[in-house]
Amino acid sequence: MDYKALGLIAGIEIHQQLDTREKLFCHCPTKLRESGEHSGEFFRFLRATESEMGEIDRAAKEEMKRDRKFLYYTYDTTCLVENDEEPPAPLNDEALSVCLTIGKMFGMTPIPQIHVMRKLVIDGSNTSGFQRTALVAVRGALPNGGEIETICLEEEAAQRVKDDLFSLDRLGIPLIEITTSPCMHTPEEVQKVAEYIGMVLRSTGKVKRGIGTIRQDVNISIASGARVEIKGVQELDLIAEVVRREVQRQQALLAICDELKKRNASVAHAASQDVTSLFKETKSAVLKKAKRISAINLKGFAGLVGREIQPGRRLGSEMSDYAKKCGVGGIFHTDELPAYGVTAEEVTMLRSYMHAEEQDCVIIVSGANEKQTACALNQVIIRAGIALSDNPVPEETRKMLEEGSTAYMRPLPGAARMYPETDVLPVIIGGERWNAVILPELLTHKAQRYAKDYAIDLNYALQLATSDKLPLFERAVNEKIKPKLAAFTILSTATELRRDGVDIRAVTDESYLVIWHAVENGRAAKEAIPALLRSIAAGSTADSALAQLAPAISRAELETVVKKIIATRSDFVKEKGTAALGPLMGLVMEEVRGTVDGKLVSEILRKEIDAAVADKNR
Amino acid sequence: MAVVKLSSGYNIGVPPLSCTCIEQSVPAPSRSRVMNKTVGLPDLSIISTGGTIASRIDYRTGSVSSQFDASDILTTIPELAQIANYRTLPLAAILSENMTPAIWQELARAVYTEIKNGAAGIIVTHGTDTMAYSAAAISFMIDSPVPLIFVGSQRSADRPSSDNAMNAVCAAAAATSDLGEVAVVMHATTNDDTCAIHRGTRVRKMHTSRRDAFQSVGLPAIGSVAYPSRAVNLTTDAVRRGKHKLALHDNLEPHCALLQFYPGMSPDIFRAYEGYNGLVISGTGLGHVSTLLIPAITKLIEAGTLVVMTSQCMHGRVCDRVYDTGRDLLNAGVIEGGDMLPEAALVKLMWVLGNEKDKIKAAAMMQTDLKGELNRRSAHGL
Repeated sequence: MDYKALGLIAGIEIHQQLDTREKLFCHCPTKLRESGEHSGEFFRFLRATESEMGEIDRAAKEEMKRDRKFLYYTYDTTCLVENDEEPPAPLNDEALSVCLTIGKMFGMTPIPQIHVMRKLVIDGSNTSGFQRTALVAVRGALPNGGEIETICLEEEAAQRVKDDLFSLDRLGIPLIEITTSPCMHTPEEVQKVAEYIGMVLRSTGKVKRGIGTIRQDVNISIASGARVEIKGVQELDLIAEVVRREVQRQQALLAICDELKKRNASVAHAASQDVTSLFKETKSAVLKKAKRISAINLKGFAGLVGREIQPGRRLGSEMSDYAKKCGVGGIFHTDELPAYGVTAEEVTMLRSYMHAEEQDCVIIVSGANEKQTACALNQVIIRAGIALSDNPVPEETRKMLEEGSTAYMRPLPGAARMYPETDVLPVIIGGERWNAVILPELLTHKAQRYAKDYAIDLNYALQLATSDKLPLFERAVNEKIKPKLAAFTILSTATELRRDGVDIRAVTDESYLVIWHAVENGRAAKEAIPALLRSIAAGSTADSALAQLAPAISRAELETVVKKIIATRSDFVKEKGTAALGPLMGLVMEEVRGTVDGKLVSEILRKEIDAAVADKNR
Repeated sequence: MAVVKLSSGYNIGVPPLSCTCIEQSVPAPSRSRVMNKTVGLPDLSIISTGGTIASRIDYRTGSVSSQFDASDILTTIPELAQIANYRTLPLAAILSENMTPAIWQELARAVYTEIKNGAAGIIVTHGTDTMAYSAAAISFMIDSPVPLIFVGSQRSADRPSSDNAMNAVCAAAAATSDLGEVAVVMHATTNDDTCAIHRGTRVRKMHTSRRDAFQSVGLPAIGSVAYPSRAVNLTTDAVRRGKHKLALHDNLEPHCALLQFYPGMSPDIFRAYEGYNGLVISGTGLGHVSTLLIPAITKLIEAGTLVVMTSQCMHGRVCDRVYDTGRDLLNAGVIEGGDMLPEAALVKLMWVLGNEKDKIKAAAMMQTDLKGELNRRSAHGL
């Protein structure tokens, strides 16, 4: 597909948790907990408030359609600040330093005086009803010629446990938000830029690692489409696919609009009607338990509501997302019926009752009462109206579904959702502080340096540089361990053991170092490393694991062992010749239990086999 | 630094010299709402004095200050309109640490006029820091047949999680209830489920920031309001609507003070109170101060200051007859303040001295329960 011709414009926002000692606005640790460990709970209601300019944000208004009560879990690692029961502490200076470092790495300009703002978020993920955020630096450069527009320092939201239940352990962990300009024009380019930014972030050594610690939001539009923000892409590999599918969706919506216009489709006379009685005898489980079923007729929409706009998503799915804001479970439409227990006879009855012609699509919705179904159908009419308007792709915030399709979340938030955080004093970033920021080495540069200095393969070096065991590697090299030995253990041995089900995370950096030193000074053979790691992972200390090895032996002793083994298998050796080396190697290594380097064993074995064979030939 | 609001909504501070003023915008005023009267609902008056329940950003300092008035509160909390019809009366817009006895007097007069004009209940919005003092002051100055409810919020009104809405709704419910005395209505727990109704003379702010900061001391809360059902429950201790006839006694003697004793306190401190008409001491334990202070206290009393002893324990009753120091204090002429809260005792002393010039009678009044501030029995004590 020619994305440039389609006018694809994309930008990304990257949210990365920082690995600081304390949270952004309190002195709690940045430690994630299991929800089962919670020590208490409380509940609150949230309501939208006006900005200081006297407006209510449209995204916040949307959330207010539902009257929601939120329940929160507290922990012995959370405090009254997370509970919104105490004013925030001053902005965490460690987190600010990390932000400044990252800003400087992108060649950005710091803001002279940072003001913390409250970004209104009343979906319950913040006990206060807002997320604290501050603009720290602006205007940086990307390798593709694009621009990093802003870096913001934010507090992480609470983790949703289920529905309206949230866990407060994550709330307040510092988060850096990096926003690029809309400078990307192909799906692959978006992914590349995201990868690059991720690499820069990890170069600081001060960001959290693991699933959920980095999230990408993607802003996408195509010519005659609209800007759509897709939230929470957690896997980097999916970014390009998300972009491709959004382009597909916007194109499909544009095509549907053309078709609707051709058909003279209209929502002007769509009026909600009570059809509860039509489904009195229904087999549909959903409709059966409904207190009220209402329907509308969308003129000229037949076949289009059910048309796929991206894998697994139809125009009907978009309408359904809108309707769900009123608390209903979703909608049914005649493009997909009969199905879900609704019979063909019921569909015929419904169409005739609604005076639907062939080109019309009837939407039904079930709910607790008339108010709820009316609200939901009103939302459907609004969404259908958008589909045939001059701007058929609405500006929206969407959430990612599995595999890269997306669902509607809320309208794009406006500036009205920003309010000054009056409880936090502004922070001045003086020239002195900015000049003192030291730039860490980029991981890509580090990898190149490793490849050159330690003669390791560049790909291997890259893996090492991006590994979370990088600090261990650097420590090992400083302690004069052979770089190749450390790199091989970290990247190959440990990975293989993990795949084997060994709990390799239980091995501390100190244990690795003890093992490597033992190998370096001849106390252990490098062949013994897997066994040693296994034993440590299973709970023994590095020293006791080493003590399990056979006592160190001299070359002369080793020669005696080898000779003894060859003597007991002389026929085999004479028959196989040098091919006996492999099988005998295992026997010798077993005998010396990992205290001797395999190279030496192999050298002596070879010599003794040669001698034995020569003896035979003589 | 000059604060600039970017189109993204972010504020940043930049050196003023780097700015050029193109135009000045004025924050749009909050849309005011025409309030229609609903027939059949009781008439309440909301008197606003400021505080967190009505606070907004102040661009002068960047912090919050009290600028809202009662009609703003009604616009912001539309549920209030289901409970009553309201008359709103902006009396002051101050943070409660700036409250003065003179404003208490204005407030008492305003309350009196509103009740006289037919209000079925009064809501006073107030900063929480000194709300308990004001509630006590109004308790002494007004005999009221209707509920007089003080309400505030611990978390500012400009945040979605503010406790202002629930507190205000519960206050309105209490103001239309069968209650007939001055009370403070605030969150009972950290959950948004119940507000407690505290007697105005027995309540104290016991936490700097939690929603449930207000606690009744020496008497359980006299009632509760469930949220969002607004069901009001009053205990048998609560004075019922109509029990008292409306009366205003708005004299106060502001030349009174409250002094907290601490180990090592110098007798020199008492010199600062020379000429005061009344002094409440918040003593230790059963009501003690260091023996070394007794001559200075004696001197004050001889010069005409009425000295009342209370305890910094908060819970429990003073008794200066147990230890030597206590007996020395009694001999010096110190009045035992029973189980009165130190703050309530101070406000009461201002009121008593404002209305009774005879020191002996005034001393007797300090030891008589007037508005539920002094329990005769320690039935509910800790």
